[in-house]
Amino acid sequence: MSWIDIGHISDIPLHGARVVKTPVGCVALFRTGEAEVLAADDRCPHKGGPLSEGIVHGQSVTCPLHNWVFDLNTGVAQGADAGRIETYPLHIKAGRLLIDGAAVGKRSAA
Amino acid sequence: MTQKLVIIGAGMASGRVIEQLLDADPSAYDITLFNAEPRGNYNRIMLSPVLSGDKTYEDIVTHSDDWYEQNGVTCRFGEHVVKFDRELKVVEGENGHVPYDKLIIATGSAPFIIPVPGHDLPGVITYRDLDDTNAMIEAAAKGGKAVVIGGGLLGLEAAAGLSERGMDVTVLHLMGHLMERQLDEAAGYLLREDLEARGITVKTQASTKAILGEGRAGAVLLESGETLGADLVVMAVGIRPETRLANDAHLTVARGIEVNAQMQTSDPDIYAVGECVEFDGHLFGLVAPLYDQAKVLADSLLDQPNAFAVKELATKLKVTGCDLFSAGDFAEGDGREDIVFRDPARGIYKRLVIEDDRLVGAVMYGDTADGSWFFGLIQGGTDISRMRETLIFGPAFQGGASADPLSAVAALPPEAEICGCNGVCKGQITSAIEGGATDLGAIRAQTKASASCGTCTGLVEQLLSVTLGDDYAVPQAQPVCGCTSHTHEDVRRLIKSQELKSQAAVWQELGWTTPNGCHVCRPAVNYYLLADWPLEYRDDPQSRFVNERKHANIQKDGTFSVVPRMWGGITTPDELRAIADAADKYDVPTVKVTGGQRIDLLGVKGEDLPGIWSDLNRAGLVSGHAYSKGLRTVKTCVGTDHCRFGTQDSTGLGIKLEQHLWGSWTPHKLKLAVSGCPRNCAEATCKDIGVVCVDSGYEIHVGGAAGMEIKGTELLCKVESEDEAIEVISAMTQIYRENAKYLDRIYKWLAKVGLDWIKEQIVDDLENRKALADRFTLSQSIYRKDPWAEHAQDSTTRVQYAPLANLTLEAAE
Repeated sequence: MSWIDIGHISDIPLHGARVVKTPVGCVALFRTGEAEVLAADDRCPHKGGPLSEGIVHGQSVTCPLHNWVFDLNTGVAQGADAGRIETYPLHIKAGRLLIDGAAVGKRSAA
Repeated sequence: MTQKLVIIGAGMASGRVIEQLLDADPSAYDITLFNAEPRGNYNRIMLSPVLSGDKTYEDIVTHSDDWYEQNGVTCRFGEHVVKFDRELKVVEGENGHVPYDKLIIATGSAPFIIPVPGHDLPGVITYRDLDDTNAMIEAAAKGGKAVVIGGGLLGLEAAAGLSERGMDVTVLHLMGHLMERQLDEAAGYLLREDLEARGITVKTQASTKAILGEGRAGAVLLESGETLGADLVVMAVGIRPETRLANDAHLTVARGIEVNAQMQTSDPDIYAVGECVEFDGHLFGLVAPLYDQAKVLADSLLDQPNAFAVKELATKLKVTGCDLFSAGDFAEGDGREDIVFRDPARGIYKRLVIEDDRLVGAVMYGDTADGSWFFGLIQGGTDISRMRETLIFGPAFQGGASADPLSAVAALPPEAEICGCNGVCKGQITSAIEGGATDLGAIRAQTKASASCGTCTGLVEQLLSVTLGDDYAVPQAQPVCGCTSHTHEDVRRLIKSQELKSQAAVWQELGWTTPNGCHVCRPAVNYYLLADWPLEYRDDPQSRFVNERKHANIQKDGTFSVVPRMWGGITTPDELRAIADAADKYDVPTVKVTGGQRIDLLGVKGEDLPGIWSDLNRAGLVSGHAYSKGLRTVKTCVGTDHCRFGTQDSTGLGIKLEQHLWGSWTPHKLKLAVSGCPRNCAEATCKDIGVVCVDSGYEIHVGGAAGMEIKGTELLCKVESEDEAIEVISAMTQIYRENAKYLDRIYKWLAKVGLDWIKEQIVDDLENRKALADRFTLSQSIYRKDPWAEHAQDSTTRVQYAPLANLTLEAAE
């Protein structure tokens, strides 16, 4: 694992989200609790909606375009909808957010 | 062969090491114990009861001077250690040197001081040891005001103790809810309620700017500009490991002194234990892991194999009457599920976090009797799949019935107002039921409750059900969403009658079954709170649909549309130039004229929004709220200014109305129009509220629709002056804001309450009309402002439109 520091937890509003641009596309960071952030694809598999713009509730997010709901732990769409978004390992250390560079397609610096 | 052991620091961790060593082999070491405090080891956890007066220092001493003497421990109390020399293996105290074979650093932690101006004034103290406790007791004896900075475990215990001793206490906490590391929002809300019930003021999201005073602390200044008088300031914002001696001796120190699983530092003859250590990235502040470390350290000194491992922790708050328990881990993991139980009547909240059929975390408030049982399940990693259905009911499970949806109504006091239209409280209704009124019709006939607008019907039926038990079957109404059994109408009424002023209060008191709602109820509850408590409640952007959070309409490709406001549909060449320039500068692909008399810039990138807004603001243009559940536009015709048929200045009135109403949030979108004569060129009679000017004045129409349904308006009333028209329309908007279900347009809500009721309220009752208009104006004092300017000019908000980081940029090879 190659952990990359992408910011501080307080940069994300509680029950809100921010985006990180990565080689595999935009990854959304959802702050589901005071000290909890979950990372997943920003793109809804249904019509490509920006999930980071959705309402965050519990450990799920609702897509702003057509109300698909995803469990942010597993990435699986809930209820009647079928689909999955990729989730990414994320560590919080002393408030700093560390994402696994390898998982988001970042070549480690030689 | 007895070796020399020197210990720096006589706290709970090193006390436990000494006990373990003496138990295992009393002759193995000759022990010298240094302590900066002029006393031996006492139970620091019990300082809070000493502060509150429940115990005395004598009660909490764990090792008396006699005990040290009997066990041959040489005590150097009240003596600071200057340094230790790893080459010579000597510890240098203020009063002389002591050689060592093995050394234990147990220096504990130091309170973290926020370096604000005035932090070093007399009267500012921390809360770590007996001397601090005595200083607080002494200060409290004089009475007056205390401000405690920090709403964590220590801060709250300090606050409760000072309050117990008669001080007027305010707690300041930086985060959104108290004890955020141990509790979730819901439990934090209950804790706050309990503390406030005992007279402690709690301010969350409060950041300290400075401590003010001439030669002594006298007040605390907040970043918000508020000043709080303070005869005593207690800083309890956190602790940091005391590592100075270890640093000076060049041991490996990160945040704490780094140790391996045998509690050895980077020097094999030097060990560390307690709050000064860091192990595997963890710091320690609770006593359980300290005791584990002490056992491992004693074994290491006796060459017994043992290894320290980090375990789950449980927290309890030692404040009488605040019963809370938190254990385990709420951090991320795959496949997490919550089980939530709430009993509003008894102020109980329990939440379990489950992962892979195992319990990984628990938060409980109000009833913690089963805490240790749950903690056992967490620590043991017990498979709970077979008890899952009833797990939340604890070990004594009797097969669980689900929580009673009627308990919130049952818990209301007799004087709680149920029917707002007719001022009927719960006690009157229950008396009527006990007197033989057994159905809705009888209650309406006898008390008038639910006989007017009807929004409290659900509550009256629940009261019938609670009072009559099984003899009454409540007709099933649609609840808001899967998080609650209450209807929108019930939630609205209960927010008013129980004076619920935060989302956490609604979730707890009304028995929500999820930790923080869902995408259906959150926007509704957020709206109800801001409509009912404009001054006390702060709008929560994270409970709003993206359009209202980002003040632009999201399009199918994730870009946004930007619509500046054109007051009454009037614009100027300068405004048009600014719009054209912005369209060029931000590569806007589509510019469209809307149906509401304005111009729409479609396809703006999310990151460009603050920029385009700043440019438009410079030309005097503000948000048109084309995205909001609030006022959209006031469409006008040209009226007497130009038209040969115009009877009144319809454009002027439209502009005045728009300037009065803009920025207000309503249950659904609100569209107005003002036509200058009965030809009605502005199509006023299919709007939510429409004005048709006639020669003798102004006809005010309500309840039109030209969307999913086509509906002509109904005439509400006719008035003679513009001022009257504006007052009636303000009152109409406010009565809609205060009573309608979220996402009901006026025509839908009107079908439920009836035009006659509206007429009674705002046409016939002039006093009520004015009161409603005044409440609207009060709410507008908060909400009538341009969100574009706010977001573009506030750096913390502006930055949220940009990505947090960009990892696509490769460093140059």
